[in-house]
Amino acid sequence: MSSKEVVTMLLAGGKGTRLGVLTKNIAKPAVPFGAEYRLIDFPLSNCMNSGLDTVGVLTQYEPLVLNSYIGNGSSWDLDSRDGGVTVLPPYLSDSGGRWYQGTADAVFQNIQYIDLYDPDYVLVLSGDHIYKMDYSLMIEEHKEKGAEASIAVREVPWEETYRFGVMITDEEDRIKDFQEKPDEARSNLASMGIYVFNWPLLRDYLEADAADPESDRDFGKNIIPTMLEDQRQLYTYQFSGYWKDVGTIKSYWQGHMDLLREEGKSLDLYDRDWVICSVNPNRPPQYVAETAEVSNSIINKGTRIRGSVKNSVLFYGSEVARNAVIKDSVLMPNVSVGEGVHINKAIIGQNSVIERDALIGSGEDEELEVTVIGEGERIEDGEEIEHGSAIGI
Amino acid sequence: MDNVMGIINNNPQGISLKEITGHRSLASAPVFSRYRLIDFPLSNMVNSGISNVGILLESRFRSLLDHIGPGKPWGLDTKRDGLFLLPPAHIYDNSQLYKGDMENFYTNMDYLHRSRQEYVIVDYPFVICNIDYRDVFSYHLETGADITVVYKDLETLHRDSHYTTIMTDSEDRVVDMKINPDTRRNTRISLKKYVMKKDLLLEMIDETVSKGQWDFEKNGIASRLSQYDVRGYPFHDYVAIIGSLSEFYRRNMELLQPEIFSELLEEQGPIYTKPKDEAATQYTPSSRVKNVLAANGCHIAGKVENSVLFRGVKVGENTTIKNSIIMQKSQIKENVRLENVILDKNVRVSPDKELRGDSSFPLIVEKGSTI
Repeated sequence: MSSKEVVTMLLAGGKGTRLGVLTKNIAKPAVPFGAEYRLIDFPLSNCMNSGLDTVGVLTQYEPLVLNSYIGNGSSWDLDSRDGGVTVLPPYLSDSGGRWYQGTADAVFQNIQYIDLYDPDYVLVLSGDHIYKMDYSLMIEEHKEKGAEASIAVREVPWEETYRFGVMITDEEDRIKDFQEKPDEARSNLASMGIYVFNWPLLRDYLEADAADPESDRDFGKNIIPTMLEDQRQLYTYQFSGYWKDVGTIKSYWQGHMDLLREEGKSLDLYDRDWVICSVNPNRPPQYVAETAEVSNSIINKGTRIRGSVKNSVLFYGSEVARNAVIKDSVLMPNVSVGEGVHINKAIIGQNSVIERDALIGSGEDEELEVTVIGEGERIEDGEEIEHGSAIGI
Repeated sequence: MDNVMGIINNNPQGISLKEITGHRSLASAPVFSRYRLIDFPLSNMVNSGISNVGILLESRFRSLLDHIGPGKPWGLDTKRDGLFLLPPAHIYDNSQLYKGDMENFYTNMDYLHRSRQEYVIVDYPFVICNIDYRDVFSYHLETGADITVVYKDLETLHRDSHYTTIMTDSEDRVVDMKINPDTRRNTRISLKKYVMKKDLLLEMIDETVSKGQWDFEKNGIASRLSQYDVRGYPFHDYVAIIGSLSEFYRRNMELLQPEIFSELLEEQGPIYTKPKDEAATQYTPSSRVKNVLAANGCHIAGKVENSVLFRGVKVGENTTIKNSIIMQKSQIKENVRLENVILDKNVRVSPDKELRGDSSFPLIVEKGSTI
């Protein structure tokens, strides 16, 4: 095996509990996003566009869809002769086997995989954020500063700091201290869960962490704080582009609405210099009929629109019948919407059928909560689903 | 179908679609919002279980090679069998003039010999349909014919298009065959799908070439109806023959009819094409769209009616497009009026322009033009 300068470890084992019915049968990184993609397309495409060709994907929870989606990685040019993508589920070995206990443990259990490539650096990513980032710039800065570990951060509004791990730095961006979800934050530089480590150093820390029975086996809670205690050279890398954690129903819905805002305020999915790739479903073109009204929406191929679609995102293969009205909503693949249906501020799971005259998301317009219909559900004729409900738990 | 191989014959047979094929082969002409002509025979073959496909290249095949690559979208990038691109004779010896498609068969006889299949289907990309060749092949075996040709009875033949007509007797035996005859009375036309034993094809190549005859359909089949038992297989579903610019326009527009759309693209096997990693199409708050087919990656801010948009088309605000075909990545700025227009790839129309063709004679704008 030829050696690689950088090996990327993509953490994709999370259940995404807060996404409720959306992750009932699939891992969070496999959740569809943006009419055409799944969440994992963003980090994988970033790897491709950053020139990183050796990626280990750590899977654990409901891996079937994710595994078959990643395949041999050719969708992201990761079917390369040396390296490429390797799906790494937990495994049994001579010394036994166990589930990944935490993010650090997942990487620890795959030390052998990383050692195959004898890298100088390991890039650790998570598979559930929406952003475009050139990791090669971060690695470049890591080298320039002579860092031992770098953490990507972005400025967040001070009132939101309580939700993040924040980094306290000096003028040279060296990390002096660290607060996890602080009540009184001393910095508004929030960690994005993206790390670059010098591999020999990380290897030592992972081994020490594995030997510590008290550890949570987590990068944020254990590895980084221990490195700080040991006064290692830890630096931040500042990122200023669009970044969205779509880990809750509300933020997932909001992430879609962001896509519909004016250009420049969200992610530009149409940028040919930084293409987000996906496993293209092969579908015929979309058809917008005489009776349709479509405005401020993103619609994928294989759809047939005969009704009204406003401020909404439609994945491939959906049908919207006459006199149906879809507003402020997200329709995942292959949803069928019958005549006279009203869908308001809702997320409709794959292969669901909404029969005629059903009303989804009823209630006063101003305070509507997002309604969620799970995968493969059937909402019957004229049925009314109150706003904020989640069907299919 | 493991015993059948496919040959896609790119002989344009004098079809004049030069406005669209000036810089590309007929087989790679864009069609139906997101496809190229060659997608149809290739998809039909793989959907029917054929795993060995040879494509006889003509001239100007750069865009065709770019589209097909190693055949991955069709699952033909395999170690066993797969896709074979067969270059024409004249690139080996440029002192030679192009004589006809038989020469291409002749140049690539090695490929035919080497292939392990016993039967072959010869197909042409400009006759589009969604067909299961398994039915044709079992009919071929049942009748014990030497050659089976797929045909359809059309309602009318267009003056400016290109047809091969056939006449059959009561047992579906082909008794007459004419390549693009001047009279348009006989509306039973060959869909240019020919099934035969590979050995028979090899014999046909040898017999025609050794007599200085160079046309597969004329010399290989039409003039040998007494020598071979040639049978017709009737096909009843939708067929589009892209034999002229007006046919190209008409057929693309026809796909806006939901029944035709379903018959061609949904009810039978899927039609595969090269994927492009485009985001989904975005409609802005000001967009007004009626009766439109659109591929991915478009950005629509204006009014579009009865039109077919290919990938990555941009339509500016206050622009109106009617009855038009807009090919890949063309950009139409603000306040533009387009009616009965075909824009080839990468055309840019500046603000406030007005272009109008006639429904029977669309205005076509060449690839890469700026207006």
